[in-house]
Amino acid sequence: MSEKVKAEQAWECARCGIPLEPGEVSIAYLGSAFPVSLLRCPQCGAVFVPEDLALGKMAEVEKLLEDK
Amino acid sequence: MEQRELRDLENQCIQEHAPPCTAACPIHVDVRGMLAQIAQGDFPAALAILTKKLPFPGIIGRVCDHPCQAVCNRKDVGESLSIAALERACAEFGGPPAKVRVLRARGKRVAVVGGGLSGLTAAFDLTRKGYEVALFEAADRLGGSLWDFPESRLPRDILVAETGVVETLGAAIHLNTLVDGAEALEALVDAFDVVYLGVGACAPTLFDLDLDAEGHLQVDPVTFATSQTGVFAGGGVLRDANARSPIHAISEGRRAAISVDRYLQKVSLAASRDHEGPYTTRLYTSMGGIPPLPVVPMADPGLGYRQDEAVAEARRCLQCECMECVKVCEYLAHFGGYPKKYLRQIYNNLAIVKGTRQANTLINSCSLCGLCAEVCPEGLNMADVCREARQVMVQQGHMPPSAHDFALRDMLFSNGDKFTLARHQPGMATSEVLFFPGCQLCASAPEQVRQTYAYLCEKLSGGVGLMLRCCGAPAEWAGRMDLFEEALADFKKTYQEMGSPKLILACSSCYRTFKTYLPEVPLLSLWELFDTLGLPDGVPTVRQDAPVLAVHDPCTTRHEPQIHESVRNLVRRLGYMIEELPLNREQTECCSYGGLMWLANPDLARDVVRRRIEASSTDYVTYCAMCRDFFAGQGKRTFHLLDLIFPSSGEDARSGDVRRGPGYSQRHENRARLKRHVLQELWGESVAEKVGYEKIKLVFADAVQARLDRRLILVEDIQQVIAFAESTGKKLLNRESGHFVAYHKPTSVTYWVEYSSDGDTFVVHNAYSHRMEIVEEGTA
Repeated sequence: MSEKVKAEQAWECARCGIPLEPGEVSIAYLGSAFPVSLLRCPQCGAVFVPEDLALGKMAEVEKLLEDK
Repeated sequence: MEQRELRDLENQCIQEHAPPCTAACPIHVDVRGMLAQIAQGDFPAALAILTKKLPFPGIIGRVCDHPCQAVCNRKDVGESLSIAALERACAEFGGPPAKVRVLRARGKRVAVVGGGLSGLTAAFDLTRKGYEVALFEAADRLGGSLWDFPESRLPRDILVAETGVVETLGAAIHLNTLVDGAEALEALVDAFDVVYLGVGACAPTLFDLDLDAEGHLQVDPVTFATSQTGVFAGGGVLRDANARSPIHAISEGRRAAISVDRYLQKVSLAASRDHEGPYTTRLYTSMGGIPPLPVVPMADPGLGYRQDEAVAEARRCLQCECMECVKVCEYLAHFGGYPKKYLRQIYNNLAIVKGTRQANTLINSCSLCGLCAEVCPEGLNMADVCREARQVMVQQGHMPPSAHDFALRDMLFSNGDKFTLARHQPGMATSEVLFFPGCQLCASAPEQVRQTYAYLCEKLSGGVGLMLRCCGAPAEWAGRMDLFEEALADFKKTYQEMGSPKLILACSSCYRTFKTYLPEVPLLSLWELFDTLGLPDGVPTVRQDAPVLAVHDPCTTRHEPQIHESVRNLVRRLGYMIEELPLNREQTECCSYGGLMWLANPDLARDVVRRRIEASSTDYVTYCAMCRDFFAGQGKRTFHLLDLIFPSSGEDARSGDVRRGPGYSQRHENRARLKRHVLQELWGESVAEKVGYEKIKLVFADAVQARLDRRLILVEDIQQVIAFAESTGKKLLNRESGHFVAYHKPTSVTYWVEYSSDGDTFVVHNAYSHRMEIVEEGTA
């Protein structure tokens, strides 16, 4: 089992009490939307955006869209 | 920005103007470029630059009357460059000249009369352009008066070889052919499409053409057209023998050739012909700090420069350019260009309809401090350009939302209930003056604000009011004139309710804002007032060993010399000697807070601070809370004037570390607490208890607080996330760490907080944010 998968399995939705699962989530900014694969609660839909995604790829895309 | 406005601004930036040597050269040889190549030892490259303009380098290098040398800036720091001798070196060491390309034949015939320099140049240029040229020379050789130079100066092999190039290119050379009168000229006019007279010393009366007052052939000074259509003239025939010049002869042959070409193409002869021939450049080059150097001598003047000598001589070239603003501004240097380039980029950025706006960061990174205008020989002010560009971006809806959001929310906080306050002095019904400390001094040093207010109340009768709020400068810097005008209107309303008293300002940004936008409000800087009223009792004014402090003037005091004077008086009165930084007073530098540079471009801001704090190793004293905190934040011992006037217990400018400024959350808290304290202590008013999420108690794991400050995440942001998560149950659990992670988007930013609970407090382990929105598809 890879480290990543192992780390992902540690997450659960505190409200629903069930593990998060990978799923496609739409993220949007300034009128553009993109599908991304995120961990999410299969029941309530709560998602998890990890720090490296928020400060890495998402920040990059934000800058690109802001300069469009 | 209109296109005309752009051009006017571009016209103010002289960086791209020619250096004096090139402007004075009648054919505008790129001397600077040529010398740069020689300095590198690359003679072929230097020759290529030279021959781009000069047809006969071996000849001209030996006989040029070099008007360039008289205007060379080096003359003021040593001696003018030996440009003519270096041209000769190019010709000698540059290898065979590059092959000259000839354009496709155009089927038009040109007669050139005279084989001197002007005729040869006209023939050279026109042949290259694809015209069929016939050159008529009275003598039995080409070169005309060049043969008057002694062979020692102009070897005949070089003279013959270089003048022969014209024939090699394809011009038909007719030697021993005299064109000796009006009839002969008429015959040429009939036989050819156009005639150029480069007849040198020949009597101008020979032809039936108009003469000028001095009896020379009359030509149009721009086009070299004579009184007869289709006949042009230039070179020695236009002047007396003693006024002849080889380089002018070449220039006139060339300019006449341009006219001939235009004449044959039936386009305007005179349009767009500025700056042909010699002119005076507007380029400014500072000679400051350049050590003088004498000309490099030649081992054998008869042979000219050897290669090594030429390289040494070329290295004396100053490579003249302006760059005055770029030299003093980290921002202008950061983007790798200079204002002329930036203006074009900014203009394009505002005009773009579709595509990436690549100059957004350029526009938003300027501190708007205006130092560029102070040092620019033409007074070009990039701050005005960037300020206006930001307003346009906002109007267009293209201002990046992240650029200034944090500062605007900070301003909103300062102009909200938590901080705003306006009261007359306790026990007074009116205010003669109103103390306005500004949001950042209150954030940085709230205790000093209270001390200052107490001092003012003690020293002044007639009522000293107190007003806490933000002047609105951040909105103006962000181009948000809507928010700015709102802030200004709110201020004005309260100010009028206070009876429109004189405003006492501690912050120079507030000072500039009010002075610019509310000129009717009477202003006085706190420093002038201290200077007049005297220091508070008990402040130490005599110090051992006369310690020295370097004064850093905040950029918004640039045009307030009276403040500069008062501050220096105060520093001296406090017992310090003053060191003046190289750039100060009207030429002072911004600390990077101005224009919100620190927010729009944090990396650049760090460089700006570093540059400023490295200007001297002496401790600094300043009178702007942000300058103070930014400098101290990067390790520079920097005091606010109030740190010296109201020293905290035992703090002395000579001992110990200087207090770092508070973090961003603490800055909010300091403002809010200041309001609570003064309301309770001075006016006996109770203050509303904390409500809702504000009651959430936080503790931070190691190093987390510093990280959150860098990420511009405030305690109140974290409190809101936890309040939301705890009340809705919407949070994630990491079973391994036992930490919760929750997110919430109070307005435009989504904040993520990793936390755990410990009794009634929450331990914050991490937080981060993004602006992209999660479009959730709840399936509950």
